[in-house]
Parts: sequence; structure tokens; C-alpha cells
Amino acid sequence: MSNPTTEALKGVAPSQVTAKPIASNHTTRKKGDFKGRKFLLGSLLPLIILGSWQYVSGTGIVDPMLFPAPSSIIKEFYEMVVSGELFRHLEISVLRALLGFLLGGSLGLLFGLAVGMFSKFEELVDPTVQMIRTVPLLAITPLFILWFGFGETSKILLIALGSFFPLYVNTFLGVRNVDSKLFDVARVLEFKRVNQMLRLVLPAAMPNVLLGLRLSISIAWLVLVVAELMGADRGIGYLIQDARSFMRTEVVFIGIILFAAVGKLTDSLVRVLERRLLKWRDSYRG
Amino acid sequence: MSTALLEIVDVSKTFRSAGDAVPVLDRLKLTVNQGEIVSIIGPSGCGKSTLLKIVAGLDIDIEGRVLLEGEPVKKPSQEKGFIFQEHRLFPWLTVERNIAADLSLRKPDVRRKVDELIKLVKLQGFEKAYPKQLSGGMSQRVAIARALLRNPKVLLLDEPFGALDAFTRSHMQEALLDIWRENRTTMLFVTHDIDEAVFLSHRVIVLDARPGRIKTIVPIDLPFPRKRTGAAFQELRTLILRALEHEEPENGSVSYTI
Repeated sequence: MSNPTTEALKGVAPSQVTAKPIASNHTTRKKGDFKGRKFLLGSLLPLIILGSWQYVSGTGIVDPMLFPAPSSIIKEFYEMVVSGELFRHLEISVLRALLGFLLGGSLGLLFGLAVGMFSKFEELVDPTVQMIRTVPLLAITPLFILWFGFGETSKILLIALGSFFPLYVNTFLGVRNVDSKLFDVARVLEFKRVNQMLRLVLPAAMPNVLLGLRLSISIAWLVLVVAELMGADRGIGYLIQDARSFMRTEVVFIGIILFAAVGKLTDSLVRVLERRLLKWRDSYRG
Repeated sequence: MSTALLEIVDVSKTFRSAGDAVPVLDRLKLTVNQGEIVSIIGPSGCGKSTLLKIVAGLDIDIEGRVLLEGEPVKKPSQEKGFIFQEHRLFPWLTVERNIAADLSLRKPDVRRKVDELIKLVKLQGFEKAYPKQLSGGMSQRVAIARALLRNPKVLLLDEPFGALDAFTRSHMQEALLDIWRENRTTMLFVTHDIDEAVFLSHRVIVLDARPGRIKTIVPIDLPFPRKRTGAAFQELRTLILRALEHEEPENGSVSYTI
């Protein structure tokens, strides 16, 4: 930006704004090529592994009970999709994770905001939260089962508890990182209390909130597996557990791959959200 | 131009740190008239920024009174537009949304006024730009537009062009005078730049340091636009410089006698 001030003062149309798209067209195409090559390079290793796995399975050196061939996993996957069995398990798992995450995550966000905004509330709440945070979630699981049984309540509450903390901690941190000079601006412009929260604190804390969101979602998945492995009659975790006891190793693999795929998908969604919400950031270019 | 808009009556301010009481302002008295541009100039630490914060209502722990149209100032408000040293724009909002801030651009009257102001501060074409894409001068003009949208009775400017290069600064001074010609906005302008004070204001208040008192008031009776190179301009410049420098040897001699 050489000197746009003088340009704008003269009323001349700012050249760099109009010039940008032309310049970036060129770079996008180049970047696309680069991305394609990167994708190819990245998928090289998995392809080699899959290929040799398939080959080795065919020779009969390894036990197909422990290492089923990729082709038989795909075949099993296809059958489960067609029969609708897979979808039934996936549906309940996603529902559990979603409900738990929504409950815990929104509470984490609200508490994080409140604790960040009001130091009195921080003194009241934060020590207790930090204490509970240090307790490993797995240690609390038996207690939750005793209290709420093996039903949906204990699972959803466990997921909620897990996804509460990352959003709480990061939102709190984000609020405390808000430039205090901007609060003076809000006072001079006579922002209402609600607007101070919605138009100053929340957007300023957004980078941290989104980081908390990503961490919360991954914790939600993690706790979901734990909860479903401990006792359930449906869900991907149950599917894995059940398949293990009947030595259906293909299904175990399918369950694991499914977890990975859904986890990656949600993470990508948050990244898209990040790109849209944080495009104002100067440092955000990764 | 003779109705008093802003009255600063016997304002004193003392900073307390570690048990020590440091007087910053001492019974300061000043009246700013409707439509007047008044500059406050003085050595660093003379309390000129503190005075501006007091007038804005950002600092109310004072003795004395500040009256805006006869009403005592108790808290910050949109009536007292404040331009900070740094632009203090919201980095996540575009130029037009920064100007609107908590007001909705969907309201037709807000939309219309924001568009007018963008024209006034000459930022057409940058409505959708983010602060990170703006230069220092442009950002400061957005901040001015943001204050003007709220129809302030007085615009308080705290060394607003201090961080800009000399070239941009003189452009900004002209832009500010354009705004004044258009709106006749009353302004209280804190600066450490004598040229700027003489170029912009109807009166220049020279402050003394520790505690801040008014040393002299220099009326600038030159017609706008003023020529920085003109003889009368230079004369006033020298006058203010002398008033500012006057203190240095005095202070020096005091320290010697002790």
C-alpha cells in the first residue's frame, strides 16, 4: 500500500482494489496446481500401504481374521450401507455427540464469557471449574453410570462435561485478550450492555472461541467412543465392541474409519467457519 | 460564534501513586464557543490528554466542573465525539460497518448518513475494506466519520495525527478543516505540533507543565485557508514557540538554586 491516502483524497478510484482480482486470478490457478500436486503426494503413502496390504492378504501370510483384506472391508462396508445398518448406528452416535456438544459447548461459551466479563463471577466460579477440569473424565464415568444408568442421559451428560472445558477455557482467555482500549470506544459510543457483549467482546474473542470449538468437538467424539464402548445397544462404538466379540474384524475397521471420517469432516467445517469469520485478521493467512 | 458551548470551570486533577499526590491540572478555566476550533498545546506531561479525557467524561474523578451547554458532564456520551491517538477501529468490521458500529446499516437513515460521511472523509471505494487494508490516515478518517455519525456537539481530538507522516498529516488537517466548513463542528484539539495548532484553530491554548495551567491564549485571526509559509503564520508560530520555551530556562534556574 504505497500511498492510498493521496489517491483517495483526490477522489481517484483506488487502483489497488480493482487491480487485486486480476493479480490474484493468476495466483489462484498456480495455487490450484500446487494443491493438486500436494494432494497426490499426500495420498501416495496411504495408497502404497493399501496396495501392499491387499497383496499380502492375498498370499495368505497374515491371518485374515486379524487383517482382513481392504477389498473385503469395502465389500462389508457396501453391504452395511445397503442394509441401512451402518446409517442406524451412525445416526445415534452423531445425535449423542451433537446433543452433548451443544449442551456442554454452549454452557462453556456462556460461562467463559461471564467469567471473562465479570471478575466477581470469576472469583466465584473459576476455582471450582479448574478443580473439576483436572479430574480425568474416565474416572467420573462410573459415577455417571451409577447416577444416570446406561441410558442416553449418562452418555450425553458425559459428552457435555467433556466439551464444556475447552470452550470455557478458551472463551475466558479470549475475553481477557480483548484490547481494553476498545472498551473506551464502546463507552464513548454509548454501546448498550448487550451490544458491548455481542459487538465487541464476542467478535474480539472469536479466534479463541473457534479454537475452543474445535477442541470441544474433538473431545465430544472422544468421550462418545468411551461412552459407547462402556455400554450401549446402538452406535458406532457399540458396533466396534460388538464386532470385536464376534471376531468381525472388517466391521471394527469400518467403525474406526467412520470415526476418522466424521471427525475430519466436522473439523473441516469449523475451519471453513474460521476462514469466514476471521477474514478480518491481519495475521490469519496460515 | 460567541455562545459558550463548553465550559471548563476550575478543574483540578491529582494523580495518586504510592501515596504521593501529583497535581496534573490546577484550577483550569476555559470556555469554548459554538463552532470554534480550540487547540491545546504544551510539553508532554502537562495534562492536555488528561484534560480531554475529563471533558469526554472518561475521567470523572476531578475537582471543579465541566459543562456542556450548561449541563454537567458526568459520563462519556455520543454528544462528545472522541478521536483517540490511534484509530481504535474494530478490526473485524468493514469501513462502513465501523462507522455504523452499533447502529444497523439496514436502517435507511443510517445507511444514507454513513454514505454521506464516507463521501465527506473521501473514502469512496473503501466501504467494504477491513482496517488492516487501510493506511494510518485512512483509518483515522474512518474514526472521525464514526464520531460524526452521532452528531456530536463537540469533537475532542487527542493528538489524532501524531502518528502520521508529515505529508499525510497536512492532508488530514485540510480534511478536518473541510469537515469544519461543512458542519461547523466545535472542536477541542490536543496536539504537540505548533504548525498544526496555528493551521487549524481559532485559538491556541498554551499549557504549563506540572501542574497544568493555562500559560497564554493565542488567538489566531488568520482567514482560512491559511498559508503555512505566510509571514503572519510564521509570526504566530514564533509567538507560541516562545511561550512554550519560556518555561525551560525558568525551570532550569529553579533546579540550579535548589
